Amino acid sequence: MSAPFFKFGLFGDNISLVIAFLIGIGFGFFLERAGFGSARKLTAQFYLTDMAVFKVMFTAIITAMFGVFYLGWIGFLDISLIYLTPTYLFPQIAGGLILGIGFAIGGYCPGTACVAVSTAKIDAVVYVAGVIFGIFVFGEAFPILKGFYNATPMGQITLPQLLKMPYGLIVFFVAIMAVGGFAGATWVEKTMAARKGVRQP
Amino acid sequence: MSKETNSSVIGNSGTLGTGKTARGPKPYSNPYAAGFGLGLVLLAAFVIAGRGLGASGAFSSLVATAAHAIAPQHTAANEFYAEYLGEGTRSPLMDWLVFEVLGVFAGGLISGALAGRIVKSIERGPSITNKWRLIFAFLGGSLMGIGAKLARGCTSGQALTGGALLGVGSWAFMLCVFAGAYATAWFIRRQWK
Repeated sequence: MSAPFFKFGLFGDNISLVIAFLIGIGFGFFLERAGFGSARKLTAQFYLTDMAVFKVMFTAIITAMFGVFYLGWIGFLDISLIYLTPTYLFPQIAGGLILGIGFAIGGYCPGTACVAVSTAKIDAVVYVAGVIFGIFVFGEAFPILKGFYNATPMGQITLPQLLKMPYGLIVFFVAIMAVGGFAGATWVEKTMAARKGVRQP
Repeated sequence: MSKETNSSVIGNSGTLGTGKTARGPKPYSNPYAAGFGLGLVLLAAFVIAGRGLGASGAFSSLVATAAHAIAPQHTAANEFYAEYLGEGTRSPLMDWLVFEVLGVFAGGLISGALAGRIVKSIERGPSITNKWRLIFAFLGGSLMGIGAKLARGCTSGQALTGGALLGVGSWAFMLCVFAGAYATAWFIRRQWK
């Protein structure tokens, strides 16, 4: 085992900030490449005319998922040292729904809004101001929300642990699901394009 | 790639992929190629730093720092702010996610500049005014901020990072994001169509 490098003390806190900046550059670069600096491109996902959000997101998820799995398998990466956000089921379900509503209304999510700001989208600047306001509202309301925020804790649990199934099998299932999803998404795009063509010749 | 026939003058995304623009911005990458690149960046974060990507957490640090500067006693009594403020030995802005998000701004700028996509605009459909689009942007952003904090992460920190690590809460979160967005889309379709 020699990775994660930071956890094995290969570099300190200050270097880690430089690395954070470099990794952020990669993240922002590919978000913009994908077209995610455009709210119209992002929200087209929710009108089924352009499924790029789904395709990009799940390609990224299965790429990193396979990488983590195989690097763990060969003994290079200690997966238990990677930080996993603990599960608090109900607040995460509620948060996901609220965030999804905000995504459809606002047109971005926080990461994509950053690259939209970089490419001079005025609505993204206003959106980011909204995110900051929303976090402030949450912070001020925290004493009231605290009970629900900490409800239904399940710890740092993964799907293989929950389902009591082998890690590799779940990885395989997720990959199969994603590939099926990609085919479905492309079919939906074609169907919607054909329908549009009929209505607006 | 979308082939929008009713492309608006606002924003340039509507005309991309149609091949009509001779000198305009370059088309977006293939979604699988961009996704693969994004996945490798995420994997690099896991391998090098032992953590994934994020976005909303950086804004939380910013809010906590600002609130602390204005009302230190108030923030000290609030557990949410206190978590981001830390021990007080170091500025809360000297934080991994803050630097990562600064990188996201830089990376978006680099990619946008290379592709000729840095165009000052307001992204909206043809049947809504700029004013209403900006009101919706602020409203959506506010909901996003609240939702992300309640869920302990946003699309980057929860869906992408937790998704790749097969976290239970992350997958529940991800399904709910899509459910919430699809349930809302019809009601605000005039903003985009």
